[in-house]
Amino acid sequence: MRKKLAGTALLWLGLSMACAQAADPNLGRNLAATCANCHGTDGNSAGGIPGLAGMSKAKMLGLINEFRSGAKPATIMHQLSKGYTDSQLDLIADYFASRTPVGGAK
Amino acid sequence: MTAARRGFIKGTLGLSAMAALYGCAGAGKGAKGHVVVVGGGYGGATAAKYISMWSEGGIRVTLVERNAAFVSCPISNLVLAGEKQLSDITVGYEGLAKYGITVVQDEVTAVDAEKRMIRLARGGDLAYDRLVLSPGVEFMYESLPGMASAAAKENILHAWKAGPQTVALRKQLEAMPDGGVFAMTIPKAPYRCPPGPYERACMVAHYLKQAKPKSKVLVLDANEEIVSKKGLFTKAWADSYKGMIEYRPQSELRDVDAGNRTAILEFDQVKANVLNVVPPQRAGDIAANSGLKLINNRWVDINWLTMESTSTPNIHVLGDAIFPAPTMPKSGHMANQHAKVAAAAIINLMSGQPPSDAPLVMNTCYSFVDATNVVHVASVHPYDAATRQPQPVKGAGGLSAAPTEMEGKYALAWARNIWADMLT
Repeated sequence: MRKKLAGTALLWLGLSMACAQAADPNLGRNLAATCANCHGTDGNSAGGIPGLAGMSKAKMLGLINEFRSGAKPATIMHQLSKGYTDSQLDLIADYFASRTPVGGAK
Repeated sequence: MTAARRGFIKGTLGLSAMAALYGCAGAGKGAKGHVVVVGGGYGGATAAKYISMWSEGGIRVTLVERNAAFVSCPISNLVLAGEKQLSDITVGYEGLAKYGITVVQDEVTAVDAEKRMIRLARGGDLAYDRLVLSPGVEFMYESLPGMASAAAKENILHAWKAGPQTVALRKQLEAMPDGGVFAMTIPKAPYRCPPGPYERACMVAHYLKQAKPKSKVLVLDANEEIVSKKGLFTKAWADSYKGMIEYRPQSELRDVDAGNRTAILEFDQVKANVLNVVPPQRAGDIAANSGLKLINNRWVDINWLTMESTSTPNIHVLGDAIFPAPTMPKSGHMANQHAKVAAAAIINLMSGQPPSDAPLVMNTCYSFVDATNVVHVASVHPYDAATRQPQPVKGAGGLSAAPTEMEGKYALAWARNIWADMLT
């Protein structure tokens, strides 16, 4: 019995490790889409609010940390940035960094 | 071996089998089939675009909408105040063509969930693999007998669905004499756009203050107190509209004497020059008529991982029509977020994969207190596995400290971006 259990656990572990992200490989895309209402589809802003498409991961996570700590003043991002976990923000930053800005900066 | 242990092994094997079956990479690739979306507002238009975009055209999408163009409720109070025109809050559906979406201007008269067919008013049936309903709200005029006639509805406006009603209410305000009374009634929560009525009071007062300064704005609220942004609205009314806006809580509308523009309350009757009745609301009729399970006989009960009806497979419901999760507002922004959760889940399901187990939605809602100064409320709602619904993150979100012009600019930029996120 014990052997069987260990075997199952190993198989499960192996499969989990084979998957780069845990549950859904599109989680970063899905989470980033929650930003699109203000920052534009795929981070391509329609104007008036900064776009995020193509922003480097380091820059984005740096800004988020400044919003969270209050080092960078904000109207709303200091409140919203606290609603996402570090791992969610990591996925979001990866996703926007992988996007190509369309039509240049606005 | 104990029963609990056996259960654990079974569960583990189940997980392994699932992972092997679904594979890991490329969830959503190879999704195909036909999705019909009913309702082209903040929820439906977003769902149509994202299903098509994220499935890279693999899923064929048809959007059925009764109106020729989208007219936004957010920003419509600026039209009432004369600060914007209806054309400023109107966007066509032609931008969806580049995603391969077929837009059908028609009304759905019936849904056959067994056969997966919908019937259109102008004739013809449409077959679907999955159906998305984003019907918004229906007004419960059955609770206000005096509003039954067409004449009453023409005289006493709601302007709570933007479009011709917005323009007509603006005309009533323009025709109102100086020294007149604009009275509006607010139904008990939940209703569409919690801060909307209080923003309207501000924007009507903003107009009257300039054009008809002897006039009054009377807010008759069925609720115990201001439902949203209470401190900010109370302060704005005291700072900018002192003596002009009068607020009466616990003033539930019982009926309307439409001919005399009179609101009938429990212990009082209020005659106004312009009476604006925001009626109590429930899910759009098509949801109830499709046999979907409702909560409180008003709002659709859904599964929060997929936005799918708990009673009827293959029908997903978005936006104001659903029974909300804790502290979740009925807002256009939230409907757009629901749509993205549904789009991701639908694509996974239509390619034989499980939906994501960690969806998240968030809300941002701006309110104008005058033509340029704005306040917001914001919140973030990740899915909580224990309660099987989104729960607000404590310590995140919040309110503006005070109205500012900078947030006024952001509010208009929000509108521009979310309209583009839905329709271009």
